[in-house]
Amino acid sequence: MRVPDSENDMTTGVDLSEPFDVVVAGGGNAALCAAISAARANVRVVVLEGAPAFYRGGNTRHTRNLRCAHDGSAPTMTGPYEEDEFLEDLHRVTSGQTNEALAKLTIARSTELLGWMGGQGVRFQPPLGGTLSLGKTNAFFLGGGRGALNALYRQAEALGVTAIYAAPVVGLTIENGFFVSATVKHEGRVHTVRGKALVAACGGFESNIEWLKEYWGAAADNFLIRGTPYNRGEVLRMLLDAGIAPVGDPTQCHAVAIDARAPKFDGGIATRLDSVVFGIVVNAEGKRFYDEGEDTWPKRYAIWGRLIAQQPGQIAYSIIDSRSIRLFMPSIFPAVEATSIGELAAKLGLDPAALEATVSEFNAAVQPGTFDHTVLDDCRTEGLAIPKSHWARRIEEPPFYGYPLRPGITFTYLGVRVNEQARMLLKDGRPTGNMYAAGEIMAGNVLGKGYLAGIGMTIGAVFGRIAGEGAAVHARN
Amino acid sequence: MPVTDAQREAGRLMTICNACRYCEGLCAVFPAMEMRRTFAAGDLDYLANLCHQCGACLPDCQYAPPHQFDVNVPAALARLRNETYATYAWPRFLAGAFARNGLVVACVAAASLAAFVIGFVAMQDPAVLFGRHAGDFYALMPHRTMVAIFGAVSLYALLAFLISMWCFWRDINMVEGKRAPRAGIATFLTAVRDAGTLHYLDGGGGGCTSETDTPSARRRVYHHFTFYGFLLCFAATCVATVYHYGFDWPAPYPILSLPVLLGIAGGIGLLIGPVGLLILSRRRDPMLTDRTRRGMDTAFLVMLFLTSLTGFALMILRDTAAMGLLLAVHLGIVFGLFLSLPYGKFVHALYRFLALVKYAGERRHARFLD
Repeated sequence: MRVPDSENDMTTGVDLSEPFDVVVAGGGNAALCAAISAARANVRVVVLEGAPAFYRGGNTRHTRNLRCAHDGSAPTMTGPYEEDEFLEDLHRVTSGQTNEALAKLTIARSTELLGWMGGQGVRFQPPLGGTLSLGKTNAFFLGGGRGALNALYRQAEALGVTAIYAAPVVGLTIENGFFVSATVKHEGRVHTVRGKALVAACGGFESNIEWLKEYWGAAADNFLIRGTPYNRGEVLRMLLDAGIAPVGDPTQCHAVAIDARAPKFDGGIATRLDSVVFGIVVNAEGKRFYDEGEDTWPKRYAIWGRLIAQQPGQIAYSIIDSRSIRLFMPSIFPAVEATSIGELAAKLGLDPAALEATVSEFNAAVQPGTFDHTVLDDCRTEGLAIPKSHWARRIEEPPFYGYPLRPGITFTYLGVRVNEQARMLLKDGRPTGNMYAAGEIMAGNVLGKGYLAGIGMTIGAVFGRIAGEGAAVHARN
Repeated sequence: MPVTDAQREAGRLMTICNACRYCEGLCAVFPAMEMRRTFAAGDLDYLANLCHQCGACLPDCQYAPPHQFDVNVPAALARLRNETYATYAWPRFLAGAFARNGLVVACVAAASLAAFVIGFVAMQDPAVLFGRHAGDFYALMPHRTMVAIFGAVSLYALLAFLISMWCFWRDINMVEGKRAPRAGIATFLTAVRDAGTLHYLDGGGGGCTSETDTPSARRRVYHHFTFYGFLLCFAATCVATVYHYGFDWPAPYPILSLPVLLGIAGGIGLLIGPVGLLILSRRRDPMLTDRTRRGMDTAFLVMLFLTSLTGFALMILRDTAAMGLLLAVHLGIVFGLFLSLPYGKFVHALYRFLALVKYAGERRHARFLD
């Protein structure tokens, strides 16, 4: 196993019994931004990362960009992205489920991020192939999220931050809304790590299948988790149990349709499938269940996970013909290929007669039109109970292709409520004395619903910095 | 479709990488990959030789081992690259020289060295061999003989290079179902610039990630010492040839003459560069490379270093009685180096350059090839 340099350097000889100024729970973008900001204020910082070194960083390791308002002068981005426009985009996707003050704060401070992160060694590049539409709004990390993480860890190490891997926080001692210590499991032993302030930046509970089952029942057993198995939300639950006010709908998660052959955990970006809009999607009974051409794929990308979660067995199949196979990003697993619809059904484990009937009915309903997958074109169906509103072309030119799909869970919305100082709020609305939160664990304050590409990194970096600076000031006083 | 195990593994990885693409800003390999949806043997051989082995994509990879996808692009492409060296060796029966390259090169060098020393001792009167000649090498070996021996071995190496390069170029460009953009003057010049600056040996701007996860410019710097050292020595030979035939001005040349100054500058590069690269190679994370082929890298670097070292010894002691034997030693080493060039690490430059020419053409003329 390739161990990042920092692991050995930073773990050996660490004395966890010494009190720290700032204890950071978590090891992703938000945690590191907090740790670096605190360390810059010359306080002793410990980062407690629950995952082993390779898997450090939570969902950050699978990200690729951050969204930021900017004036258009950034060399890796196109056009200006004004703060008002960012706010409008946020309002649109959340349908207003956002804390206006925190949203505006996030967006205003997002303008500093390119420069600040660049100063920590994070490098940016123009948008990746196939993502040109994001060139105006999103700054892409050179080498992806893990590249950015490596830079942040190197910087934290240079500033004297102690980072410990495979060190999950299993308990918190909180007295009257005041953090005293964290109980940490590390190398088979239990340690009590005392600190003057806590920054909770350890994500949601998307990898905690038992917790997901509280809302989704047995269906959650068929969910695939796009990030590591370490995003278990243990600290989130401890905080809520200790009387911190919750934010965000606990039943909701960001779920996209990914290849059903993906691993249970940590398949990341490479398992996504963009084929849905080009054909039809059927369930295990070989029947369509939603308008595949409702809107452009970036906008509809995140509804298909939920749609499939509601189907029997939480599985669906994207069916296309040879005209469409080259129109979307190549995928990691090869398409199942057949010369007839019946053969394809058999290979996918579907009833051939049922799939043939669905395809014939669909084909017969397709109206003439001019196909253009880059716009909302006029290719649609007529007379179907479940229409396809755009890009409807008959599935008739062999070979035919099929991809099995399952819900891929990216993140959860439930979090802790915070104020503009990133301080957690108690259920009665009072701010806690020395407890801060940043990243996915509080993202629900800003993103109560829906998704905007890259905003998770924005919230993490903005609130990570605020939390780190605030915690350092608190610790020094 | 991939034929060998190394190609199959490279194809498996490129399929994963093409669905991810996070590394596309690091070098030329990933943008070239993105122009393709499928990866035939020729595509993979091309991508493998386009890879400069900077290592930056491994620490940045979310699917690197111990992830179950087990994505290690630098090592997989290194293995395939080494396989192509053997595949395109000419004549084919010498392909095996790459498998145990350290041993082969050592034997070639030793035999060549022995042949020159024994030849000198056998053919020369001891009084001449151990006499003082004021730096006049031709007193020991007539210019015509030297030209005949080294001309022959150079022409042989050149022929082997051209045939190997022709076959490689043909195979990476004649991939069924894929367009091959034309290579013109502009693409050639782009490739010259990319090769000359080692544009793609910097991990997208930060440097190589070879010894640790912290990027560094060291490998690029030492490679520049080696490459430009080699070029300067070659230039010294060319200038001397022009002096000899064009101006009827035979060696020895004074220290402050152009051939000697070029030779000294190049020789210094060939002392510093190979030593630096050898040290970095020892320290390099073994995960990043094809561990079975380290002998090849070492052999080539040692030969370059010895060429320079014996050259300097000869220059410094050319007025003494040691010149005769030193000349035999230097010529033996140089002959061994030339003879082993088509069957050692040197060939990476040939295939890398052709891959860069192809890449420049693809960037200029195409977005998608299939």
